[in-house]
Amino acid sequence: MEIRIDNLTKKFGDVVGVEDLTLHIDDGEFVAFLGPSGCGKTTTLLTLAGIYKPTEGLIRFGDRVVNTVQPKDRNIGMVFQSYALYPHMTIFQNIAYPLKLKKAPKNVQNEQVRQVANVMGIGELLDRRPGQLSGGQQQRVALGRALVKEPDVLLFDEPLSNLDARLRLTMRGEIKHLQKNLGITSIYVTHDQVEAMTMADRIAVMNLGQLQAFDAPDELYDRPKTRFVAGFVGNPPMNFLDVDVSQSNGGFVAAADSIQLPVGNERGEPPAGYDGSVVMGIRPEDITIADDGDVNGEIFVVEPLGREDLIDARVGPHSFILLADTEKQHRAGERVALKFDMTQAQFFDPQTERSLLWN
Amino acid sequence: MSEPNATAKTSAALLQSRRNALRSYLGAYGFMAPAGVLVIIFFLIPVAIVLYLSVTNLASSNFTSNLAKMEFVGLKNYETLLNDQFARKIFFNTIFYVLVTLSLFNVTLALIVSLLTTHIDRSAGFLFRALWILPRITSPVVYILIWKRMTAEAPFGILNQFNEFLGQPTYNYLSTNPWVFVVVVNGFIGVSFGMIIFTSAIESIPKDLLNASLVDGSSRLQRIRYVILPLIRWPLLFVVTYQTLSLLTSFVEIQLLTDGGPGLYRTEVWSLTAYHRALSNYFGNAQWGYGSAFAVLLVMIGVVLAVIYMRVFRFDELIAEPRVEAL
Repeated sequence: MEIRIDNLTKKFGDVVGVEDLTLHIDDGEFVAFLGPSGCGKTTTLLTLAGIYKPTEGLIRFGDRVVNTVQPKDRNIGMVFQSYALYPHMTIFQNIAYPLKLKKAPKNVQNEQVRQVANVMGIGELLDRRPGQLSGGQQQRVALGRALVKEPDVLLFDEPLSNLDARLRLTMRGEIKHLQKNLGITSIYVTHDQVEAMTMADRIAVMNLGQLQAFDAPDELYDRPKTRFVAGFVGNPPMNFLDVDVSQSNGGFVAAADSIQLPVGNERGEPPAGYDGSVVMGIRPEDITIADDGDVNGEIFVVEPLGREDLIDARVGPHSFILLADTEKQHRAGERVALKFDMTQAQFFDPQTERSLLWN
Repeated sequence: MSEPNATAKTSAALLQSRRNALRSYLGAYGFMAPAGVLVIIFFLIPVAIVLYLSVTNLASSNFTSNLAKMEFVGLKNYETLLNDQFARKIFFNTIFYVLVTLSLFNVTLALIVSLLTTHIDRSAGFLFRALWILPRITSPVVYILIWKRMTAEAPFGILNQFNEFLGQPTYNYLSTNPWVFVVVVNGFIGVSFGMIIFTSAIESIPKDLLNASLVDGSSRLQRIRYVILPLIRWPLLFVVTYQTLSLLTSFVEIQLLTDGGPGLYRTEVWSLTAYHRALSNYFGNAQWGYGSAFAVLLVMIGVVLAVIYMRVFRFDELIAEPRVEAL
């Protein structure tokens, strides 16, 4: 089912939940809404579900405008962060509930519930009640209940946030696998950029009720269109630094205090044309500790992550997060030379926070 | 030399631990004492006195300053009561009054009001419920006066003014339909209790659960039937139980509205009889002993009903043991 959101605005009194959102989602696509709490992603999801009515704008499922269509007539399945299982019903009754409301015959209900339960690996729990299951099991039931009526659209509202880290990893894979197999158009709301990056075909990054970017994960990572997207996507987050970019010896140089970084023409030219200092962004993996580094600094703190060390290096008043090989055994207080891969540097307008490279 | 010393040490330690035990024991009872004293003074002692009075012939006709004249008469009062030609009528009046008021108002209308006011705009619902609290917080005398004026014979009562306006005959409502007004007047107050309990129960159902039901394909009515009502089962049973008992013992509004009339005991209920017999009989003839017998029977009926409710509704089973296991 293709979903087209055009100029959607949802207000609660004077409070704006979502503002002028336009988003077209293809049939069978897995889209993540990513943003910090209060960014409007859940509001958008509940508006798609029909719980909220849009204040302005159009929502279309296929060719049908669904603005005022009741939730029950939208054929959607939804998974909630709290699982939202009915505590007074058994697991069987929970999964069968959508079928019962559709007035499906008892034997059909029975068959479909068992089939879905087996796919979700909860076949032997059907006579239990939700309170008797673990979080992971409850989430499988919730997913089963959403799937059993063969919905046109699946909506996920932070479904993994209440699970422990290990289980989250497993369920992440399972949901992605299931979605690809069934080919149901899915929208997945999360504040966890790793979830969004790993699962979604495209990510809609939202902040303060507005769409910041809507792109494939790689695209968001390599060519962020705003400073917010650059800072929100990627872990550990991108380093930011105010620099002046100017032309020098046929190339460009980004300078801040004692730091002088040569930039290639392709990335150096747009910020050089900007009047005044700009915000430079560089990802941790694009800074390395090397003997031939351009900038001298001191290691402030080392956080071992196992596979690599997360290092906070200070150059004068500036702090840079970078990743280093654990075998190098860097220590706090050590003087190091930092090498910046300026072919990966990003530049943003300090006022509008828009990228100077990718607009 | 060391032996007695050790014994002394042990016994000192023992004494100390006993002291500690005593201290915590006294601490627990100390905290319970204020409530305990109130229960004893205002409940247990009065119950004991009433129980005792019910087996005496104490009445204003034989009352002197010499209490020794009060005679123990055994179960004579109860015998009189069972043979009282009106006791039977009053008993069934009471059942009728409790059942009808409870089922129509205290539970059903309370539920309807709660469901309606939680499905409309929040502040409108709040305002509506706040208005419905008014009968409960108004003094019964004032509240009943309002109803008496409303139901008064033409040309004074509002209801009869409507009748006249519509060209209908007028009625002296409290004489022609006393039961309707006894039930409605009490029911109007009764609704607010269930309304508060049900509303807070409905509002405490997680929003996700209510949204999930709509997404799963229910209409709002189906959601009430399949999700909301089962989830407020406990408050529902609580209100049924509590309101049965409180209706059984309520009589102030009836006393003020009809005083058990019109005629002989038309709307008299058991608790009102206890009051009438013991404290407000004809010509100041108060039969304290006989009235106490009525009161004692009412308490017994209440206790029996409470036990039955607890058994039938299986209050203990409403709490399920979790059997969580790791994935």
